[in-house]
Amino acid sequence: MGLHDFITAAATADLFPWAAQAAASERFGLTLGQVEEALLTRGIMPARYQRNRQTITVEKQLRLFRSRAVIIGSGGLGGYLVEELARLGVGNLVVVDPDIFEEHNLNRQLLSSPALLGSPKVEVAAARIAEINPAVTVTPLRAAFSRDNGPGILTGADVVMDGLDSIATRLELAQCCRELSIPLVHGAIGGWYGQVASQLPGDDLSPCLFGAWAEQKGVETRLGNPSFTPAVVASLQVAEACKILLGEGESLRSRMIYVNLLDMEFNELLLEPAPAVVGE
Amino acid sequence: MEITVKLFAMFRVGRFAATTKKYQPGISPVDITTELNIPEKEVGIVLVNGRHARLDHRLLDGDILSLFPLVGGG
Repeated sequence: MGLHDFITAAATADLFPWAAQAAASERFGLTLGQVEEALLTRGIMPARYQRNRQTITVEKQLRLFRSRAVIIGSGGLGGYLVEELARLGVGNLVVVDPDIFEEHNLNRQLLSSPALLGSPKVEVAAARIAEINPAVTVTPLRAAFSRDNGPGILTGADVVMDGLDSIATRLELAQCCRELSIPLVHGAIGGWYGQVASQLPGDDLSPCLFGAWAEQKGVETRLGNPSFTPAVVASLQVAEACKILLGEGESLRSRMIYVNLLDMEFNELLLEPAPAVVGE
Repeated sequence: MEITVKLFAMFRVGRFAATTKKYQPGISPVDITTELNIPEKEVGIVLVNGRHARLDHRLLDGDILSLFPLVGGG
């Protein structure tokens, strides 16, 4: 029996159970990801994604599977970005972070735990992805993002996720994404507050990222970060990434959502249109 | 001249969300942040009538000034 016949025999209606996906992988010497792609190209939804429908059709699930998201920073925002993108079914994830888990991460960083203190964040992220969705190909890079290594890290990405904790590095990331014409989904947090915006090719988000003195850090140094703010902001970022990858909906282009969880207000700021957009 | 000042996030704490009051002609956003004891380095986005502006922008009668703190955590 070939793969095609195996798939036909094991599929129930248009769903394919995880156990059968694992069995096909073993029987035909394929990765779980290769089996997943074979299923999706035949219009069969891996059963693990059945609750994605009708939000995400089989065709769109295949598009997500063939997409590559690069997550810069695997801390407060990054942990949730990793978790949600892997569960969504984005097939290729690159996770970039130089740090290990420390005790002060435990109040909010989804992938941290007392047993993992001292472990590199990117290795924990890779293990988590392998645990929750082994069909996803993950590339952990234990490195600090910079202008120098940026092009090598970002090339080939369909979307870049900002989970950084430094304003100066964010500006470098935004510049790299502009130069490579790769969509960037920005998120930043501090205390009860956060912001989300998307920089699509031709846009320039940098005026929204820094203040009067181009400070390295913002109010988060004084306010800290509680458990819920990164979850809210990262989830908004993943919704943006999903739309960008699928070409659906209205993205946060030329506008930013400023989140205030203390007063429970979401303010929309219109941003100056990028020069490339003017005159369209 | 009258300026409406809108404060966002923790700039509101112990101050106000929005207020309209009279100021001397020729003032800039930095004069208002100084009056309100908002450290310049905590100011992120400055909008005047919904458009990005610098802290030394010359304000005009009837302007709406919005001040957002710099947020950079992850």
